[in-house]
Amino acid sequence: MHIDKDLVAASATPLVLGILADGDLHGYAILKRVAELSDGQMQWTDGMLYPLLHRLERNGWVSARWDAEAGRRRKHYALTAAGRDTLGQRQAQWDVVADALRQVWSTLQGPDAAGAWA
Amino acid sequence: MSDLEDQIGQWRDWVLRRRAITADDAAELEDNLRGRVADLRAGGLDDDEAFLVAVRRMGNLDDVSREFAREHSERLWKQLVLVPQATTNDRRWRDLGVLVALAVCAGIAVKALLALGDGARFGLDVGFAVLPFLAAYFAWSRRPSRLVVATLVGLTAAVALAVNLYPFVDVPDAPATTLVLAAAHLPVLLWLLLGVAYAGGRWREHEQRMDFVRFTGELVVYFALIALGGGVLLALLFATFGAVDIDVSTFVQTWLMPFAVPGAFFVAAWLVEAKKSVVENMAPVLTRVFTPLTIVLLAATFVALLAGAPLATVDRDLLTLMDAMLLLVLGLLLYSISARDPLAPARLFDRLQLVLVVVALAVNVLALTAMVTRIADAGWTANKLAAFGLDVVLCVHLVGTGWLLWRFLRGRGTFDAVERWQTRYLPVYAAWAAVVVLVFPPAFSWA
Repeated sequence: MHIDKDLVAASATPLVLGILADGDLHGYAILKRVAELSDGQMQWTDGMLYPLLHRLERNGWVSARWDAEAGRRRKHYALTAAGRDTLGQRQAQWDVVADALRQVWSTLQGPDAAGAWA
Repeated sequence: MSDLEDQIGQWRDWVLRRRAITADDAAELEDNLRGRVADLRAGGLDDDEAFLVAVRRMGNLDDVSREFAREHSERLWKQLVLVPQATTNDRRWRDLGVLVALAVCAGIAVKALLALGDGARFGLDVGFAVLPFLAAYFAWSRRPSRLVVATLVGLTAAVALAVNLYPFVDVPDAPATTLVLAAAHLPVLLWLLLGVAYAGGRWREHEQRMDFVRFTGELVVYFALIALGGGVLLALLFATFGAVDIDVSTFVQTWLMPFAVPGAFFVAAWLVEAKKSVVENMAPVLTRVFTPLTIVLLAATFVALLAGAPLATVDRDLLTLMDAMLLLVLGLLLYSISARDPLAPARLFDRLQLVLVVVALAVNVLALTAMVTRIADAGWTANKLAAFGLDVVLCVHLVGTGWLLWRFLRGRGTFDAVERWQTRYLPVYAAWAAVVVLVFPPAFSWA
């Protein structure tokens, strides 16, 4: 399924922060996790992840360090305390949006279906 | 396998050709590419297929590099060419042509202004004779919206009308104090209005403001270099014509200077625009040399102020001296902040900068506390109030910078916050300059 690019852009920050909340990862592993979480339906352009990660780093939400792994240098990202706060805020915002959307979907399905939700 | 390595190597070179992408970024992207290739091969694709798919998944490199440039505007500044196809050589020569024409116009305006009259009024209006032409160049190259252009023209015209219609009361052998103050603060106000034109109307954006700060810093360096060269030429001119006994001083004063000085200013502006990457390597070096020296100077001043007798003269000269000192410190800070990679970890130099801020503030507080009580006794003149106001404005800027630097060094804040504070504070200077230019004269009854 094609997902609108504005929607991808809006959800990218909380998604990456949320994924990093589970543990430190390098860029490609984050991409794989995104694909996994969406059953392969969300496919980001690989290259676009890195400017986003650098923006998160500049905002102090993630920290990065270079490690040597199997002879190659690899950059790992970790969530910071400030990033955790931001993630909490984003989650609250998305909850409001998701809740409003859920109500809209239920009215779309007709009043009977809405009753079934209640 | 070596075939794949070759392909990856070529791809890396191709990525590295983009100026917005650093070697570290390329290494990161390459790591991604290799991960993707490995997974695709595990899924059954052969080397070539896996490589092609992985490269496709990376996305259009122009888009990716533009995204990197947007995120790292300090790198974007280093680029001659923002993205391929943005500026061609033709375009640069056309820019220069327009700029030279505008510089000649500015020269004519200055000359006309000189023909009109006296020194103080000339000082007041010279900004209006030069800066609008530079703003016109930015309006031409950046194409801001009509609303922005109309607002800028309206504001500038309103200020020009106001200060020229103000009934300043000149004392017999000197211009009115408030006139001199207005003339000194007007360039700051006009310069920040120019910043709006420079940003093409997008002056609310942090990146645009930071670019304007960089532009200002580089312009100062270029202008100083050109002025230095011009001075040497002028000295030779006087010497050679002196040798054949022809007096060129009238020509130099009435014709050469009115055109050469604005001209040098415009050429400097063009150089900054066209060759962003040349001097920008110099700014960090200059600040690294002068930051420790300034710290030593300030520390010595601090000791002298503490140990010395009570301040001999408490007048506007001392206040002005304090302003100049804070301005120097601020200039050093802005220079290095604007050229620094905000992602780089805290270094010794960042600590030095904090020391610089703290020492400067200490000297300032020491001098101010001694002064304020005495000024209060003697009464506030326009001069003292203007100097004191600027001191307060600068102090708030430095305290904010110091606090954010401290947080950054303790790992509790980001350098980005330090950077954003600088650009967020810029309008305060415009506001203060506007107060001195527009409110002071009536408030001090045009004296």
